[in-house]
This record gives sequence, C-alpha cells and structure tokens, in this order.
Amino acid sequence: MTALAAYTTSSGEAFQFWVLGTIAVLGALGTVFMKKTVHSALCLAGTMIILAVFYLANGAYFLGIVQIVVYTGAIMMLFLFVVMLVGVTAADSLKETIKGQRWMAALCGLGFAVLLVGGIGNASLSEATGLAQANAGGNVEGLASLIFTKYVFAFEITGALLITAAVGAMVLTHRERTERARTQRELAEQRVREGKHLPPLPAPGVYARHNAVDIAGLLPDGTPSELTVMQTLRDRGQIRDVSDEALDDLRALEQRSEERLGRDEAGFPRSAATAAGAGESGKTEGPK
Amino acid sequence: MENLIALLVAAPLLGAAVLLCGGRRLDRVGHVIGTALAFASFGIAVGLFVDMLGRSTEDRSLHQHLFSWIPVGGFQADIAFQLDQLSMTFVLLITGVGSLIHVYSMGYMEHDERRRRFFAYLNLFLAAMLILVIADNYLLLYVGWEGVGLASYLLIGFWQHKPSAATAAKKAFLVNRVGDIGLSIAIMLMFTTFGTFAFGGVLEATGETGEGKLTAIGLMLLLAACGKSAQVPLQSWLGDAMEGPTPVSALIHAATMVTAGVYLIVRSGTIFNAAPDAQLAVVIVGAVTLLFGAIVGCAKDDIKKALAGSTMSQIGYMIMAAGLGPIGYAFAIMHLVTHGFFKAGLFLGAGSVMHGMNDEVDMRKYGGLRKYMPVTFVTFGLGYLAIIGFPGLSGFWSKDKIIEAAFAYDDGIRGWIFGGVALLGAGITAFYMTRVMIMTFFGEKRWQPDAAGNEPHPHESPKSMTIPMIVLAFGSVFAGGLFSLNEAFVKWLEPVTEFHHPHPVISVPAITASTVVVLLLGAGLAYLQYGRRPVPVTPPKGSLLTRAARRDLLQDDFNHVVLVRGGEHLTRSLVYVDHSLVDGVVNGTAAGFGGLSGRLRRLQNGFARSYAVSMFGGTAILIAATLLMRAV
Amino acid sequence: MNPVNYLYLAALLFSIGATGVLIRRNAIVLFMCVELMLNACNLALVAFSRMHGNLDGQIIAFFTMVVAAAEVVVGLAIIVSLFRSRHSASVDDASLMKL
Repeated sequence: MTALAAYTTSSGEAFQFWVLGTIAVLGALGTVFMKKTVHSALCLAGTMIILAVFYLANGAYFLGIVQIVVYTGAIMMLFLFVVMLVGVTAADSLKETIKGQRWMAALCGLGFAVLLVGGIGNASLSEATGLAQANAGGNVEGLASLIFTKYVFAFEITGALLITAAVGAMVLTHRERTERARTQRELAEQRVREGKHLPPLPAPGVYARHNAVDIAGLLPDGTPSELTVMQTLRDRGQIRDVSDEALDDLRALEQRSEERLGRDEAGFPRSAATAAGAGESGKTEGPK
Repeated sequence: MENLIALLVAAPLLGAAVLLCGGRRLDRVGHVIGTALAFASFGIAVGLFVDMLGRSTEDRSLHQHLFSWIPVGGFQADIAFQLDQLSMTFVLLITGVGSLIHVYSMGYMEHDERRRRFFAYLNLFLAAMLILVIADNYLLLYVGWEGVGLASYLLIGFWQHKPSAATAAKKAFLVNRVGDIGLSIAIMLMFTTFGTFAFGGVLEATGETGEGKLTAIGLMLLLAACGKSAQVPLQSWLGDAMEGPTPVSALIHAATMVTAGVYLIVRSGTIFNAAPDAQLAVVIVGAVTLLFGAIVGCAKDDIKKALAGSTMSQIGYMIMAAGLGPIGYAFAIMHLVTHGFFKAGLFLGAGSVMHGMNDEVDMRKYGGLRKYMPVTFVTFGLGYLAIIGFPGLSGFWSKDKIIEAAFAYDDGIRGWIFGGVALLGAGITAFYMTRVMIMTFFGEKRWQPDAAGNEPHPHESPKSMTIPMIVLAFGSVFAGGLFSLNEAFVKWLEPVTEFHHPHPVISVPAITASTVVVLLLGAGLAYLQYGRRPVPVTPPKGSLLTRAARRDLLQDDFNHVVLVRGGEHLTRSLVYVDHSLVDGVVNGTAAGFGGLSGRLRRLQNGFARSYAVSMFGGTAILIAATLLMRAV
Repeated sequence: MNPVNYLYLAALLFSIGATGVLIRRNAIVLFMCVELMLNACNLALVAFSRMHGNLDGQIIAFFTMVVAAAEVVVGLAIIVSLFRSRHSASVDDASLMKL
C-alpha cells in the first residue's frame, strides 16, 4: 500500500485511473441528467465510491474509508430518505423554464472547465513528492497528530458547526404540537357533528380495473373521488386518473351491445309520440 | 417735546383704526372723527414747529426712539423718529393741507354712503405719509413708502364699482411696485455697504465709500423716486389715478405723496453729492418729465388729467432741482411746498367745478362758469396765477429760483440745455394752464343736457368746500413771497440740505425777465387759440403731436408693446425652453433610467438558478482575469 | 501516469457539478450536484497532498467533509420544510424568495 503512494505511479494505477475516471465522469453526468431523482442519487453514489478508491490510490487511506462510510453510507442514504419523502416516482421535466438559462449554464460550465484545465496545465506540477515519508508512521496517526495539534481549533469549530447544524435541522423540520392530540373518540364525535362521511373513508381503487392505492375510487356516476386516495399521494400529485378510461370502456360496451341487439333508430319505426318520448329518455340515459 | 413726535403719527393712525374697526355705528360721525384727528395731528405739528423755532439752529433736530423693531445681530432696525427742519416742513405741509382736504371732503363726500371708509383711508394715508417723512432710517421710511402706496391704491380705487377706477388702482399699484423694488434694492445695498440704514449712519459713511456703489444706490433711489413721483419712465399711472375722488387727487396725487420722491432724493442728498453720475441722471429725468408732463397737459380735455399732467411737470421741476445738488435742494423743497398749496387749490377748484356740473370732467363742456361759481373762480384763478409763475405769487418765487439753478448747472452747454428746458417748461405751463382757465371759466357756456335730459345747474359749492379753497389760495399767493423774504426758507433748511448760491451762466435779472416774457408768450398763445375763437365741443382731430399727447404721449402703448408684449414673448420662450430643454433633459434622464431599470429588472427574477449563473459566470471571468494577469 | 491527471478529473467533475446546479430545478438533485462539486474539491486536495508530500491537504479535505455533512443536514431540512409548505421541491417555485 505504501508503495502505491510513491512518487512514481505504477501502470496499474494508470489503468485504474483511466477506467474508473471514465466511470466517475459518466456517473457525474448521470447525476446531472437523470430524470428521476433516485437515479441521480445512485449515479452520485457510484461516483463517490470511485472517488473513495482514488483517495486510497493517493495514499489518503483514512479519507477513503471515511468517504465510503460517511459520504456514500450516511449522507447519500439521507438523500435517498428525503427523496422517498418527497416522492420517489416523481420525475422532473427537463424542459427549461427560464429563458436562456440552459445556454448560459452550458457556456459557463464549459468555459469554467476550459479555464481550470488551462490553469492546471499552465501550473508547473510535473513533479510529485509522494506520501511515503508523511505516511511513514501510518496515515491515521499522521492525520491525528495534525488534527490535535496544528488544526485543533479548526477541529473544535467544525464540531460546534456540526452541533449547530443538527440543532438547526431540528428547528427547521420539527413542529411543536400546540394542542393535545385528539383521541379516536373525539374524532368520531366530530365526524358525527359535521354530518359528512360518517363511515370511514372509502377505499381506493374501488370500481376500477386497477386495485391500487394511487388510483382514485370511482363514484357511481363514474367520476373519481379524491377522498379515496391518501393525503400524501394527493400532495405529491401522484393520483392516477382512470375515470376517462372507465367512461370510454363503458361507452364502447354500450355501443357494442346496441349493435348486437340491432337497436338503431331506422330499424324500429314507432308512432310519433312514443318515438319522441323514447328518444328523449334514451338521450338522457345515453351518456351514462 | 421729543415725545410728541410719535403722537403725530398716532393720531391719524388711531383714526384709521377706529373708523375701519368701528363699523357702521360710526357712519354718521366718522368724518368728524377723521377730520378732528387730522387737525389734532396738525396742532401737534404746529406746537412742535413753534418749539423748534424757539431753539437754536444746531438744536433743531429732534429724535425719538420708540422701540427696537428687528434686533438681529448686526441688523438693527428701530422704530425711531427724526424731526429736523426738512421733516418739519413736510409735516406741516402734510398735516396742514391734509386737514384742509379733510374739511373739503366733508362737503365733497357728503352723499357717498362709504364716507366713513373714505375718511379712514385718508387718515391711514396721513399716518403713512408722516411715518415716511419723520422716519430716522430707510427701513422705516420704506414702511411709510409702502403705506402711502397702499392708501393711494385704496383711494384711487375707492369707487371700485367703476371698472376704470379699479383698473387705474391696479395700474398705480403695479407701477409703484417697480419703483419700490428700486428702494428695497437701495436699502439692501446700503446695509451691505454701510452695515446700517439709519440716516445718520448712512449719510456719515458716504465719504468713505467708493463712487461706483454710491452711484448704484443713487440710481436705485432715483428709480424709487420715479415710481412714487410719476417721473419718466414710470409716469404712466398718475393720469389714470385721477379716477379717484378729487380730494384724493388733490392731497395724494398733487400735494403730498407724489412728492415723496423729491423728499427721498433731498434726504439722500449726501449720497447724490458724492455720485455725480447719479445726480446727472436725476436732472435728466426731471428735465424730460417736466417737458413730458407739460405737453400731455396741453392736450387733455379732462380737467383733472390736464392738472395731472401739470403735476407731473411740476414734480419734474422739483426732481430736476433736487438733482442740481446743494444749489437746488432748498428750492426743490420750496417749490414742493408752494406747489402743494396751489396744486391742491387747483384740484379742489376742479372738484368744486365738477361738483357743480354733475361730475362732468370734460372742459369742452364747461365754459363761462365764472358767473356761476365766483369763489371757485377767484381761488382757482389765484392758483392759476401762482402755478404759471406770475410775478409776486408763490410759484414765481420758487420756480424762478429753480430756473436760475438749472442755468447754474455748470458753465458749459449743460447749463444752457437744462436752463433752456426749464424756461421752455415755464412757457408751456403758462400755455396749458391758461387753456384750462379759459375753457373752464371764460367764453360761452357749452354744456348740454345729458342723455337722461338732466341739464347741469352750475352752483357754488358749500362752505366746507370753499373755505379750504380760500385758505389754500392764501397760501398760493403769499407763501412764496414769505419764504423768500430775506431767504428765510433757504436759511431754515440750510442745516439739513446745505445751500450754495447758484451762479447761472446768464445774469439773474435776465433770467427773471425771460421767464416773464416766456410766460406771457405762452399765456398769450393760449388766449389766441382758445380765448379769441369759440372752443369746439367735440375735440378737433389735431396734429400728430396733439393726438399722441392725448394718448399720454403713447406711454401706455410703449409699455404695452415693449413691456407687456416683450414680457409675454419672454415668458413664452422661457416656457418653451423649459418644456423642451429642461423638461427634455429631466424627463429624458428619468426615461433613460426607467428603461434601463426595466431591463435590469428582468435580471431580478427571483430564480436562485439565475443568480447562480451570474455568480458562476462572474467567477469564471475572475479566474480568466487572474490567469490572464499571470500570463502577462 | 502523472498525478496531475487527478486534478484534471477534479476540474471536470467540478464543472459538471456546477453546470448541474445551474440547469436542474429539483432541489434535491441540485444538492447532489453541490455534493459532487465538494467531492471534486476533495479529490484535488488529496492529489495536492500527495504532490507536496504532506498531510495538510487531507486534513482540509476532512474538514470539507464535515462541513458538507453539516450543510447537507441543514439543506435537506430546508427542502423538507419547503416541500411541506409548497408540496413541491422545485427551486423555481420559491422565486418569490419567501416561504
């Protein structure tokens, strides 16, 4: 391992760099361009793992492990957790809404990359010292002695920062309950008082071909009832509307049965009065 | 005695306040109160005069400090009075003539339902005029100056139901404002130059001041005098001011207020003595006006307007004399006093004639009135003889001296020019006054019934009107001679105004003789034209000069074309410049910023990603700049 | 192979992440792109550490991770509360700059 971080790089490391580096760039591009948030997160996780490997290759053993454990393990899981909260299936439309934003962003990103690459190319960095000497007493020990001597104040301050961040996150997300939670009995009494929905809310997917929680149950007249879908899905806008399909199916069914029974206007001549009455009733019932 | 000075002002001021605040309850006694208080002021003036005569010459200047008016740091304005020989002369003239005219007005305004108000305004005028002449600093003088302007405005427009009177009042007020600007600028200049505007301080400090500043102050004072005394070029208001009641014309627009300009110049004599250019301007203004007024007086058929032209001309004499310096100040004041007597008398006579002729003012509709109103005829005739300078009467003594002094302006051509102008003026004066006299009192009667069939029945006026006329006639006859007795008047004023004997370019007897000859010529010419031939009732077309003179020598047309039209064009062009240029710049700037902000606003769209692009682009540019700097 | 290649890789990843921040609207993806940028920085720091032969670069990378963790915690909390009030995780919906 120590030899890996020497001044000269082995051809193995070069191979590793070119292969994993390509994947890392692809992962980064995936993070940016994937439509679904979950996919972005997974791409990012992949890139991070590759970066962890690169850390190890550069002799930063402690950081490499921390990268995998803390970043890929904890932070990315936090991301996924929030993604689940917001809606895992929700896909972004990649259509740009701000005029010229995409072009400007592309121009800036490209220009920035060119500048950075040019800057690095300009800098005389052809020689590398290698970490053989610095890592001689062990990488973790070296880091520890620096953290607790030279960087001790920065270390303490970052600790304070973490605590502050934790408190801040709680303040932002926690909502203090200002009144006692209502019991089941009280809720039932309230429902009776209001006179709406005395029984429990109807189940989703009723009267539909799909039996799923994200499909609103249809009322007897064929319109979907939002009451049947749970609040969270309603908020995310993830209700699948199948009412039109049902109506179309019903209409097609009626059409077919009419044809089969041979009941068209021309084939059944009646008296004027009854024909008019039947026609009207037929019309009013027809759309149902 | 000093403490009595304020009472001079207080009496008429009290009268004005009581009469104005008293309301209709005082309608029946208002005129008596006003007249009594005017006489009270006159009595105090006489008392002060007698006291002053009893003092030695050095002791005759009295001061009374009433209170500090505006004490602000170096700016100390006091309500303080100064009564010296010059002021005393004016006080006696104002209160004396004023009281007589109050008496006259009791008869003249007998049937006017707003009589109380009239007397209130007369008292207000007296108070303001007294403040003007006894103030001990220019700022308080300015108060009086504006006060008489206000009273003049109120009295000219007293019959405000007549549109012509209302317009005339406005005109007088506006033209006077032009002059007042001159006085206010002069006072400001005095304060910046001398640090004070008290007479004592200003006049003492003139010796140490540059001539340029003194000339500026002098010219501003001359502008003020032109406005108040109806001198060219601010003369246009006086003719129209005759729309006011006749007693007002007599008191304010003949005897007292219009002479305030002469007072101002004589009072500021020290300044003018040290600024010869300003002095020359004064003389020129006086000379021009004395001819101007005389020519206008020749052409007017309205008796009061003819007299107004005469007033303008006579004040021109005074201003001219005042511009001559120490050789003329005393004669200017002397002519002012004698003029006060005979011109007031002439106006009262004119008022009396109008009173008997149903307020007809056109002389062409008079004629032969001497039989109907003998007292008026005699007093008016004495006033006439006095104003034309008939030897022995008041006008002769004062005007002859002014002509002498004009000839003494210098040894060269100027002396001849100014003396010649003064002499010519005397001839024209004789002409137009003879014309007035003949057209009014001699010849055949020319009046006819008016449209309603009321034929005027000329009659003598009541006693309250004739007595003041008689008193003034006495003054017209004897005042001049009395003043000239042993040069009493000149010696009386000498401590205030200084006096140098004039040395005319030609001998004094020759001047006197030529004056008499010129006067006989003028009178004879008028007799030939108006006495020998019947006077046509409708005015003949007349020569170009006559027609111009009837229109006041085109002064209103000049003012209209040059000032009104010019002002309109100036404002229009300024409005245009304001709209197109100033507004253009302002609006253009605003529109430019508006448009710019409208575009910049789009950047502030609230989308965090847009801001991020800006930041990112900025960072890229910074890095590019850094790399560029390193590369170079 | 020269270790400078790691720097090129870091620059590339950083630019991709920055572009992602600019073009994605979903706050969560946006955050992931920010994380990508931070990781790219870390890679550069580690590479520098190797070039200079001391551990200071790794220490800085370590601190960056800590700060990133803190940032993610607070950022995700913000996203959650934003989602609660707007039922959306799009950053453009918050263009009025208030909840």
